[in-house]
Amino acid sequence: MKTPREDRFEAVIGLEVHAQLRTKSKIFCGCSTEFVSEENVHVCPVCAGLPGTLPVLNRKAVDFAMKMALAVHCQINETSIFARKNYFYPDLPKGYQISQYDKPLAEEGWVEIQTDHQSKKIRIQRVHMEEDAGKNVHGKRESYVNLNRAGIPLIEIVSYPDLATAEEASQYLKKLRSILRYTGVSDGNMEEGNLRCDVNVSLRQRADMKLGTRAEIKNINSFRFVEKAIDFEIQRQAEILEGGNQVIQETRLFDANRGETFSMRSKEEAHDYRYFPEPDLISLEIEKSWIEDLRSQLPELPDEKAKRFAAQYQLPQYDAALLVQEKELAEYYEEAASASHQPKLAGNWILTELLRVVSADQIETSPISSKHLGELIQLITSGVISGKIAKTVFEKMRISRQSPKIIVEKEGLRQVSDEGVVIKAVEKVLTERKGEVEKYRAGNEKLFGFFVGQIMKLTEGKANPALVNQILKKKLAEKK
Amino acid sequence: MSVYELSLSELSQKLSKKEISSRELTAIVLKRIQDTNAALNTFVMITEEEALADAKRVDEKRGRGELLSPLAGIPIALKDIFLTKGIKTTCCSKILSNFVPPYDATVVRRLKENDYVLVGKLNMDEFAMGSSNENSYYGAVKNPWDLERIPGGSSGGSAAAVSASQCIGSYGTDTGGSVRQPAALCSVVGLKPTYGRVSRYGIIAFASSLDQVGPFGKTVEDTALLLQAVAGCDPLDSTSANLPVPDYAKFFKNDAKGLTVGIAKEYFTEGMQKEVERSVRDAIDQIKKLGAKIIDVSLPHTPYAIPTYYIIATAEASSNLARYDGVKYGYRAKAETLLEMYRKTRGEGFGKEVKRRIMLGTFALSSGYYEAYYKKAGQVRTLIKNDFHDAFKKCDVIVTPASPSTAFKLGEKIEDPLQMYLSDIFTISANLAGIPGLVLPCGFDRKGLPIGLQLLAPHFKEESLFHLAHAYEKSTEWHLRKPAL
Repeated sequence: MKTPREDRFEAVIGLEVHAQLRTKSKIFCGCSTEFVSEENVHVCPVCAGLPGTLPVLNRKAVDFAMKMALAVHCQINETSIFARKNYFYPDLPKGYQISQYDKPLAEEGWVEIQTDHQSKKIRIQRVHMEEDAGKNVHGKRESYVNLNRAGIPLIEIVSYPDLATAEEASQYLKKLRSILRYTGVSDGNMEEGNLRCDVNVSLRQRADMKLGTRAEIKNINSFRFVEKAIDFEIQRQAEILEGGNQVIQETRLFDANRGETFSMRSKEEAHDYRYFPEPDLISLEIEKSWIEDLRSQLPELPDEKAKRFAAQYQLPQYDAALLVQEKELAEYYEEAASASHQPKLAGNWILTELLRVVSADQIETSPISSKHLGELIQLITSGVISGKIAKTVFEKMRISRQSPKIIVEKEGLRQVSDEGVVIKAVEKVLTERKGEVEKYRAGNEKLFGFFVGQIMKLTEGKANPALVNQILKKKLAEKK
Repeated sequence: MSVYELSLSELSQKLSKKEISSRELTAIVLKRIQDTNAALNTFVMITEEEALADAKRVDEKRGRGELLSPLAGIPIALKDIFLTKGIKTTCCSKILSNFVPPYDATVVRRLKENDYVLVGKLNMDEFAMGSSNENSYYGAVKNPWDLERIPGGSSGGSAAAVSASQCIGSYGTDTGGSVRQPAALCSVVGLKPTYGRVSRYGIIAFASSLDQVGPFGKTVEDTALLLQAVAGCDPLDSTSANLPVPDYAKFFKNDAKGLTVGIAKEYFTEGMQKEVERSVRDAIDQIKKLGAKIIDVSLPHTPYAIPTYYIIATAEASSNLARYDGVKYGYRAKAETLLEMYRKTRGEGFGKEVKRRIMLGTFALSSGYYEAYYKKAGQVRTLIKNDFHDAFKKCDVIVTPASPSTAFKLGEKIEDPLQMYLSDIFTISANLAGIPGLVLPCGFDRKGLPIGLQLLAPHFKEESLFHLAHAYEKSTEWHLRKPAL
């Protein structure tokens, strides 16, 4: 059900995403990119912008950038050019950032996102390379500059304004992150700052073809905040337009504490970056063979993998999408599916039980190996333990890291499937609970569960539930 | 003749034969500097201790029988634009007046490998912006031929020092003529190599697509030796050419037979000093006598060279000089806010001409003007480059005047920047096209002021320049005249 406001206006959203590349060295010098807490350790004359220094392009950074561009279906430009983006700020040692403007590395790609069980294609305008700036640190009365980060390679991924809701934006961002991690191009961690996102939001009347005035929102550092910022901004702009006023084109910042955006600078105060081609670097020429070589190195990407999982393992699309979020999780799933011969069960166990114990992006730290999970499932399907007992075993596996077989034997958790034993237990309970038996036969069918519970208690939970049901039904129907 | 008046080539031989030690030579040269620097103001730093220590080291190496380069033990000086590790490098600007580099320029490293002896850093126009060496934070350089006149710029100190025998050879940089024009005005040989022939790493950048390191020598042969020592690809400079360096000595001949020389009519304009034109035309006749074929060529876009240069060079400079902001190194003004610090540091730290060019360049790149100025200038640059490409289909070398006039008086043009810019009218196109250019003495005017001849060749054809220049030099005596200091 749309609100009147939603009826009238539609949001037009575009995202500019920056990701740090996981190269060993910086983009234009040999300094290490490794995180270090001491300031100004990974610095050299080049990334410090000393007089007389010149940039030299790190080819590995180009490899990584191209991989991501290919993974999001972009066209790689055979020739691309670096450009200087000129502005003054203490964390920018040269007084300009080497980036790309005309002729970026790659253009015209797309990713698919899932919303409301529908697929939507989000088009990507461009992917280009640039260097990161250092970091300003503010003290009580002075500010300091840490250049460890200056010169770390970044890619910037700019979408067309194809996104319509905060949720879509979040899905798009998550998809990019997933692909960045799959290709090994970036850690894609917003909290650590190696994935950053600026959002452009504008509104227009539903019938309108023309775009409304947009606001750019910067400084958002989590997926949740991206959604919150967009939601707030949509409401803010709608209020302005409903009042008959104009939205101002400006840059705004997101205040995480208040969940609001506020103005940072207006169009008049906007920087004129005076872009021009970087004269210290020659144009980047990319041969087809280089592109094809990298393309062949791409792993199976999340969308392809999800489609394959759904088909190969007969998983619902929704489950498949969750299992492929992280490459390591997908690998874990396939190992467990193979070890258990039960792909559907394996999927369920991972999604409902395992992901409560370990998060999807840290599956390497799982206390339960995929092999052992597979074993556990096998024990269920072969009737050695019941599904309920399996949950207990799972918990014990988590703590002890032992195999389920060993735990079941050690703790005597084998399911009792001996008919004789079960019949004896059923008869014992029915004999002791004559009163309830009569009530049951008088019509109180709910008591069936009660009997089951008593039988389970008697057998320490180990009676095979299916067998119990079968025999109990028979016995209750018998004695008339 | 005093020892310090000998050429690099001659001194190299004497050192080799142990007729003189490097330490002796260096001491003589240092004394010469001491005796003359007050009058000329060529040196902004004299590295006396380091020079004598380096000289001693070379003598010891020679004593052990080690094979040494032609430059070994030779006292050489560098324009204060080359980063020398541990030795102050100021670019003759207040904003770098306290800057001690933590690394050597590639050229400096290569000179060290050649066992050169550094006697000091040379005065220049601030940030290489100027044609008279009057824009220096450390005061103007005087022309050794007339102390009331300018030596040319921006490598005025480098040219004057060689001319006055304060060092046996020197290096400068040439962005619009800053090696060739002072060479002409001081009667020495000056070379701007092909763009990309010599590494720019560690040279304080003025205009990245135009800057090149250039040697000054007393003779053509000396200049070739100085180029040989530093030329070649550098992995630290992405714009340096990955091409082999020829053995330039192989190309010296005593005649110009087999060479076709082009004369471009656009380089013989009104406004040139009559005596300059006379000397240049005489030189062309001499070259004909040496066996060269003389033809007419045309470089039709020549009139656009100066405006094209002053858009591209200032635009690149406005960006290259953004790093001088008081944050990391150099001069920092006292201020309460960030913006105030930027404004005061750069306002106080930069001289007038530098600020003028930064503003010009910023304007040429600014929103709304980029297409009309910077982009357009880039397109005209291509036309100028193509002019040379076409002309060189018909000739091997183009001969032109080097400067429209001989050395003018100190203070004469400093108040008129545009007039000053026109000093580079003959040299500037070579930078835009990236081709190499060499200037050598070809006469003197009535007042005894030097006149220079410029030779231009296609990309990476420095050997053609050396061939013709050496033959001309051998058949004349201009290079033997020394200033009376």
